[in-house]
Amino acid sequence: MNKVLTRVLIIGIAIAFPLAMHALDQQFYTSFATRILIYAMAAASLNLVLGYGGMVSFGHAAFFGAGAYLVGILAAEGITSLWIAWPMAVAVAALAALVIGAISLRTRGVYFIMITLAFAQMIYYIFVSLKAYGGDDGLSLASRSTGLGVSLANDFVWYYLVLVLLMIVLYLLHRLLRSRFGRVIEAIRENETRATAIGYPVYRYKLLCFVISGAIAGLAGALIANQTSYVGPALLHWVQSGTLMVMVILGGVGRFWGGPVGAGVLLALEELFSGSPLLGPYSLHWQLPVGVILLAVVLFAPQGISGAFSKKPQ
Amino acid sequence: MSGILLLEQSLNGLQFGLMLFLLAAGLTLVFGIMDMINLAHGSLYMIGAYFMASFVQATGSFWLALPLALAATALVGAALEITLLRKLYERDHLTQVLATFAIILIANELVRIIWGSQSLMLNAPAGLTGPVTLPGGVQYASYRLAIIGVGAAVAVALYLLVTRTKVGMLVRAGASNREMAIAMGVNIRRLFTIVFALGAALCALAGAMLGPILAVQVGMGENILILAFVVIVIGGIGSIRGAFVGALLVGLVDTMGRALLPIGFAQVFSPQAASNLGPSLSSILIYVLMAAVLFFRPQGLFPARG
Repeated sequence: MNKVLTRVLIIGIAIAFPLAMHALDQQFYTSFATRILIYAMAAASLNLVLGYGGMVSFGHAAFFGAGAYLVGILAAEGITSLWIAWPMAVAVAALAALVIGAISLRTRGVYFIMITLAFAQMIYYIFVSLKAYGGDDGLSLASRSTGLGVSLANDFVWYYLVLVLLMIVLYLLHRLLRSRFGRVIEAIRENETRATAIGYPVYRYKLLCFVISGAIAGLAGALIANQTSYVGPALLHWVQSGTLMVMVILGGVGRFWGGPVGAGVLLALEELFSGSPLLGPYSLHWQLPVGVILLAVVLFAPQGISGAFSKKPQ
Repeated sequence: MSGILLLEQSLNGLQFGLMLFLLAAGLTLVFGIMDMINLAHGSLYMIGAYFMASFVQATGSFWLALPLALAATALVGAALEITLLRKLYERDHLTQVLATFAIILIANELVRIIWGSQSLMLNAPAGLTGPVTLPGGVQYASYRLAIIGVGAAVAVALYLLVTRTKVGMLVRAGASNREMAIAMGVNIRRLFTIVFALGAALCALAGAMLGPILAVQVGMGENILILAFVVIVIGGIGSIRGAFVGALLVGLVDTMGRALLPIGFAQVFSPQAASNLGPSLSSILIYVLMAAVLFFRPQGLFPARG
């Protein structure tokens, strides 16, 4: 009962948020909240492989950035329909995940971390070399995607569209993790040898998990391209992969709300310390308090934020 | 393709590789012995370069400032290990990633607060500013030759330290089997601190020597950190010899690729396409190298654990 209440409350707040901000004449925060929702989706996708699958991918920015770039490149070629651009972004990210996963999953542990990083860096440099699509400078989109009959340039409409998509993704992830597939994935994380001995095709399960995760990251990428109307190599940089990872660890690895909570907290901290008059002239140095808080979480809340507020042991 | 260009670029690659080795040596030992992913290794490199810039200004002498910068960075490294990193050894890799990522943020901001956001200039020591003529008539920057000399000397010293001394024996024991080393009565805590301080000093040396060639600025550690990780993965985690071979491979492939690929492409594509493709493809080259090494030798070229 309590759980249901919490969920209704969260969804209620999410729905009412832009209306409240509109009433308070603070529309900037609607756009900021949209950014959080998009990163929540990206972090949730990483949590699927990292938390549930036990595969520490240090190259998730590759799929996120590839999805974003696909929308940008299609827009530059005159294709702005979201019915074409978004599914293609998802498909390309999934394909990239299939190829990268198929090779990387042959290694394990630290070597898996490094080989996923290596592939992400390759993709980073490939997009930097595409001078026709901006190269180092990135690519500006003339407008957000079209095809729904309403203009997505309206931040209200855009917020609710992103919210609906995030809800759908989280619901599907929820179902997936409670399905047979999800159980097998967790079993493999706990003991791969045993899962193999029982007779599960471990490699195929892990690869499928990796591809699903990459596809969701691609969708989040397509959304972030629309959010800022800009795609640049920074979306693919390893620091982006690191940031997504920090979001997941901060929120709680292998906890359902870990990704969204971490994304929300990290972005809110950044916003709080970089934009607020709280720190005066020191607001330029917002990374300092953010770093200190991250360290504090590591030392005092080993299970992440959602772990600290949950009685259920992992 | 002229022989002069080839020689010049091989020397540049050698010089870059040796500096990478200084970073990778510390990183591979921390990683190999303590099983700890330290993303903040690049921050020590940055701090070393900043210390160097300050000490050069204070003393007016490059060679006087160098040992001071090394000692100061080693102290910072030891302090970091004792106060913070020690608590992370028993935690999983993910926690270490988060904690050391946080240290990067903190270090970058502290440097900005202390030294400002402007990048600093560091001059090559007097007497090493001009070019020298190598046998065969090639002109080459004398400072870069000095870097090669220092890098090679440190590599030899490290080799002797690791293979010929008691501390080196303990380090090797720790890297190949930590539990066994503890069981044999090695004071592993003190060893960790020593190794970490040594690694920090090597970072500072790389930062100080590269300072006059690259700019001393916030964020200088992040890009080279990834290259150092590539090096130790290619070489095999925990192996000094692997780090050496890996560093030279990466240094040479990166530098030669940058110099030669555009020329090669110019034969096939238009000059403009060649100058666009060359630099980024040569950046990709080292990651292709790493992926290939991992594919065929998942433990790296010289695995430390038997």
